[in-house]
Amino acid sequence: MAESPFKADIERVQKEYSEKMTPGAIVYIPGSSVVNKTGSWRVFMPDFNRDKCVRCYLCYIYCPEPAIYLDEENYPVFDYDYCKGCGICANECPVDAIVMVRESK
Amino acid sequence: MAEYKPIRKVVSGNYAAAYAVKHARVQVVAAYPITPQTSIIEKIAEFIANGEADIQYVPVESEHSAMAATIGASATGARAFTATASQGLALMHEMLHWASGARLPIVMVEVNRALAPPWSVWDDQTDSLAQRDTGWMQFYAENNQEVYDGVLMAFKIAEQVNVPIMVIESAFILSHTYDVVEMIPQELVDEFLPPRKPLYTLTDFDNPKAIGALATPDDYYEFRYKLAKAHEEAKKIIKDVGKEFGERFGRDYSDMIEKYRTDDADFIFLGMGSLMGTVKEAVDRLRDEGYKVGAAKVRWFRPFPKEELYELAKKVDGIAVVDRNFSFGQEGILFTEAKGALYNTSARPLMKNYIVGLGGRDFTLNDVRKIAEDMKGLIERGELDEEVEWYHLKR
Amino acid sequence: MEIPESVKKRLTLPAEEYFYAGHTACQGCGASLGLRYVLKAYGRKTIVTIPACCSTIIAGAWPYSTLDVPLFHTAFATTGAVISGIEAALKAMGYKVKGEDGVMVVGWAGDGGTADIGLQALSGFLERGHDAVYIMYDNEAYMNTGIQRSGSTPYGAWTTNTPGGKRHFLEKRHKKKVIDIVIAHEIPYAATASVAYPEDFIRKLKKARNIPGPSFIQLFAPCPTGWRSPTDKSIEIARLAVQTAYFPLFEYENGKYKINMPNPKKEPKPIEEFLKLQGRFKYMTKEDVQILQEWVNRQWEKLKKLAEVFG
Repeated sequence: MAESPFKADIERVQKEYSEKMTPGAIVYIPGSSVVNKTGSWRVFMPDFNRDKCVRCYLCYIYCPEPAIYLDEENYPVFDYDYCKGCGICANECPVDAIVMVRESK
Repeated sequence: MAEYKPIRKVVSGNYAAAYAVKHARVQVVAAYPITPQTSIIEKIAEFIANGEADIQYVPVESEHSAMAATIGASATGARAFTATASQGLALMHEMLHWASGARLPIVMVEVNRALAPPWSVWDDQTDSLAQRDTGWMQFYAENNQEVYDGVLMAFKIAEQVNVPIMVIESAFILSHTYDVVEMIPQELVDEFLPPRKPLYTLTDFDNPKAIGALATPDDYYEFRYKLAKAHEEAKKIIKDVGKEFGERFGRDYSDMIEKYRTDDADFIFLGMGSLMGTVKEAVDRLRDEGYKVGAAKVRWFRPFPKEELYELAKKVDGIAVVDRNFSFGQEGILFTEAKGALYNTSARPLMKNYIVGLGGRDFTLNDVRKIAEDMKGLIERGELDEEVEWYHLKR
Repeated sequence: MEIPESVKKRLTLPAEEYFYAGHTACQGCGASLGLRYVLKAYGRKTIVTIPACCSTIIAGAWPYSTLDVPLFHTAFATTGAVISGIEAALKAMGYKVKGEDGVMVVGWAGDGGTADIGLQALSGFLERGHDAVYIMYDNEAYMNTGIQRSGSTPYGAWTTNTPGGKRHFLEKRHKKKVIDIVIAHEIPYAATASVAYPEDFIRKLKKARNIPGPSFIQLFAPCPTGWRSPTDKSIEIARLAVQTAYFPLFEYENGKYKINMPNPKKEPKPIEEFLKLQGRFKYMTKEDVQILQEWVNRQWEKLKKLAEVFG
């Protein structure tokens, strides 16, 4: 499975960010929000059935995070570090390849 | 350095401001018309129309938007200017905080005009002093020359400390009154005021910045401290730039308080803006009559030059603070500031506050004389009759 | 995000991502999806201005940013003015603004910041003709302050200051037609769009890029938190808003109206279809629904007429 596309960014932010108090509160690392793992908000998680997937990418298109990326075979991968479990992907999936299940932690 | 040969023009305070904007090579002006500021932006528009100045002019639909558009332009990296007065400044209030918080070196000419109601278009400092806590620096001009010089110096200072500056002139007394102003040839202004080097820009697409984001209680405090420090550091820069200006162009602004015949004075007048021209003239006449008086003109109200005030105050027996402004429920605003600045010092002159000239009421040489007589008597008796006197009141 | 070339061809949207995860939008937020689409359409040379709204939070608290483009946070009323100033500065500094290789100046404001407090600055921006794009993401109330009604809140909606109750204190005014106010300025390009139809939205964004002068897009962006709707239904609700003609998709380009409904031949569905998925409408009586339906019918007929006469 491919790595989260944000992995490199997280490392960069953590490395570069020295909590500099920039005058004017300048945020100088774009996309630095990736250090914030919003996956912890999740109550329901998308359970993906790869066999049913037709690779229409509606889940990717409609993900508000975005927390869906694609693997080497171009199937969607759910980035549970960020997925808040809204369930839009499951609702929009035309072939029911995604179902929301209660998270067990 | 090329030799300085001034170009003398007879202009109003507003035109002096407009010429300074042109000479400062301002790139964006966003402004909304208000009496008595209008002839500033009219003159700038005329420069643009005649091809004399290359300025993007944004004729906004309110002063709130004037400041907002100026902020947008300055954040993008341009040298940006606006001008307003009174009600317009009050409408800008929210955005004044934004300009200083985002650390944008905007320069604005503010024409002191009384706030309504009742309606008034005449001189009064309460409008600008009500913006005291917005994080802007404030420079009060005594005459048209200081308006011109003030705008040029303001850009140089603001762009070094990344704090916006208001250059303040009096309604009509300066804004619409013509006087000789010595202007500086463009190439010499360019030497004095090089192009802006911004702290950040919005055009850095390879390393994009986000400006003005929310700060939690963990961080907000430090950002305020940084702005407070910038004001403190600005004092040195103001003095350096004022000194450099004097060396280049013969008019020295290294003092944040201009001292006029204060060296051996028994008491002094302390005030700001155009009324200090009257006071200085009156001081000359009073001196001829044997009064040992002087005038101290506060050029920079923010940052407040309390060290300089202390140096003055420790040498005199009394200070007559003339305020063309008032803080309701208290007293004249400069009076509060001056007293507060001296509290933790050993200087304890007798201080009295004279509220003068509100809403453009004439403040004359004779008025200064009467105040001088009053002060002299108080100092001799060694006590105050009243701390704040509404000087002109029809009793 | 790295998307293989073969997939890029099949994707209906640009693959490039300038909107990063880790943001703090609520689950199922339409606004965050909208902002993601905007950045996909415009790419790196974009300057975004955001006033006080949910997106202030979504875009990140210091020292974090969700956006991979320059961003200026500003005060509530000022989006139109700030983008005007940015555009003027870019021109003064010699940048090309708008067009394929030009800098895109984008104002991204909510419905409160557009229909109410920011209306004056919006009008000034439109009337002066700046080369920038103003996008109003419409979630039909002040969501960031806790769901208070705005000028864009529809008839019959519950909000925290139209709370229902025994005296049936619901929103009693119809939704303000901001797009009509915008069109009254006769700007070159204005359009409505919906997060449920991203291809249509991105097409409109790209059109706005290449038409000089001010552009305006009103984007329908569901808010599950404020609409009391299930988080997974955001897209479905947005789709129904279009299908019921409650929020029809159309464009106004150089004086011409064009309706862009997904199924132009189909009659609009009844408004109940749109209402029933949202808790905010649960206090509406049958009469209320009828009043809203009549409003929808009236607006829809008017739009069709406009498209017919000025098509």
